[in-house]
Amino acid sequence: MVIKRSRLILKPTVFIASLIPLGWLAFALWSDTVNATNYMTADPVQKLNRELGDWALIFIILTLALRPTAEVLKESEFVAYRSMIGLFTFFYAFLHVAIYVGIDLQFDVGEFIKDITKRNFIIVGMIAIVLLIPLAVTSTKGMIKRLGGRRWKKLHYLIYPIAILGAFHFFMMIRADFTRPSMYAGVIFILLAYRVWKHWQKSRPKKPAAPAA
Amino acid sequence: MLIKVKKASDPKPSEIVNEDFYFNRRKFLTGAAALGGTALLPSLSSPAFAAKAKFKNVNKTPWGEGLKPTTFEAVTTYNNFYEFGTGKSDPSKNAHTLKTKPWTVEITGHAEKTGKFSSEDIIKPHQLEERIYRMRCVEAWSMVIPWVGVSLGSIIKQFQPTSKAKYVAFETLLDNVQMPSQKLPILTWPYVEGLRMDEAMHPLTIMAVGVFGQEMPNQNGALMRLVVPWKYGFKGIKSIVKISFVEKQPPSTWNVATPHEYGFYSNVNPEIDHPRWSQKRERPITGEGGLSALFTKKIETRMFNGYADEVASLYAGMDLKKYF
Repeated sequence: MVIKRSRLILKPTVFIASLIPLGWLAFALWSDTVNATNYMTADPVQKLNRELGDWALIFIILTLALRPTAEVLKESEFVAYRSMIGLFTFFYAFLHVAIYVGIDLQFDVGEFIKDITKRNFIIVGMIAIVLLIPLAVTSTKGMIKRLGGRRWKKLHYLIYPIAILGAFHFFMMIRADFTRPSMYAGVIFILLAYRVWKHWQKSRPKKPAAPAA
Repeated sequence: MLIKVKKASDPKPSEIVNEDFYFNRRKFLTGAAALGGTALLPSLSSPAFAAKAKFKNVNKTPWGEGLKPTTFEAVTTYNNFYEFGTGKSDPSKNAHTLKTKPWTVEITGHAEKTGKFSSEDIIKPHQLEERIYRMRCVEAWSMVIPWVGVSLGSIIKQFQPTSKAKYVAFETLLDNVQMPSQKLPILTWPYVEGLRMDEAMHPLTIMAVGVFGQEMPNQNGALMRLVVPWKYGFKGIKSIVKISFVEKQPPSTWNVATPHEYGFYSNVNPEIDHPRWSQKRERPITGEGGLSALFTKKIETRMFNGYADEVASLYAGMDLKKYF
């Protein structure tokens, strides 16, 4: 297989490409600081937070899209990138939370506790990031072996509720104009519906079903 | 002679302007002019920045004396004006489609003089003043903006409202060619707002027609917009084309959209939590971009945005938790 042999080149390429959003944000902040450009707006805190949240959602969508893409294109190679893209989801989601706690709240513990107990969109987002942690921790080959393939797979089904929570979090945060959250939610819906459809196809008996008694 | 009386709304030492700022502001403005149209400052070369005339005869006022204004660039590129898009930089990119000359305002309702009036008819009879006010957005950030405007009270008196006029209602232009995002169901269009008559007549309330000594940039709400400095920014309805004197409390757009989040009064109040944002503190937007903005320390939000001495009496005896 052509793609498999080129994995040595492709993997690092995908890795570097996944860092481009972070690189861009860092460059934009540096340029705004040194060259007085206005890439990050007059309120880079809000801008940075939104961008990182966006990228976390985009990466969760990419993670969910790899298996369907592999199946549709009949090229299993795509599946080999799931753990890396999945880890980048965690990476951007973690940065998103870190910026929120460190830069936006400026480590105000009282406000943080109020936020995670009172503000629904933050509660939903927090549940999503907490659920991501076990997936990130068990992403190595060693952990798959330790857990056993079956249990590992079961655990990683968590990505489905996480994706739904992530989309919800975005929806609840927006106060008007739901175009973007609807787009993310729509794509996530299609990717999950695909799985339901696949599952239904597999479990459908080969023979026509017996008529109901 | 200017008699200085110390008010609670006077700036704290931390807010006082330093000479550095004025120097840098000049440098920035001349720099921007020299660079005009280069890629370095794309936002400044956009059509929304088509030269706006400088006002003459603007009276200086003690309001905000010594407050350090946010930079012109930040004030004119970081806007919430959903008629031109929901992104903060959308209005400065898109608002060039708004035509402000001529500008007509319809006056209706319980007043002796009603009808359609040109902006000159409404603004010209009154003295232009510069008012440097704090602007607190409900999203928990704030700016300091040097407005140019006239007292709304003097405009209202000009139309002689009757005793039936208990509230003043305002309406933004409805025109989805000039305001393209009105084609989208983001909010119910046109944007509407209202004030109680005593709030509208309060000496702090102004009808603004400019910022930084020049005519109002479109993205800031040209030709005329409301400024009520002790209320959250969204009460400052932009591009007003209709003013009505009414008996009952008029609808206000955000209250209609999400009643449990946005009240009619929307007075700045650090004690009343918004479901989305804590209102205890605010992030001051100074205009210094990049890393220094990222690490700007948050400041405590003050009751009535620091104008409590002037306006608290308007709400004496009212349950501010109920009338938020």
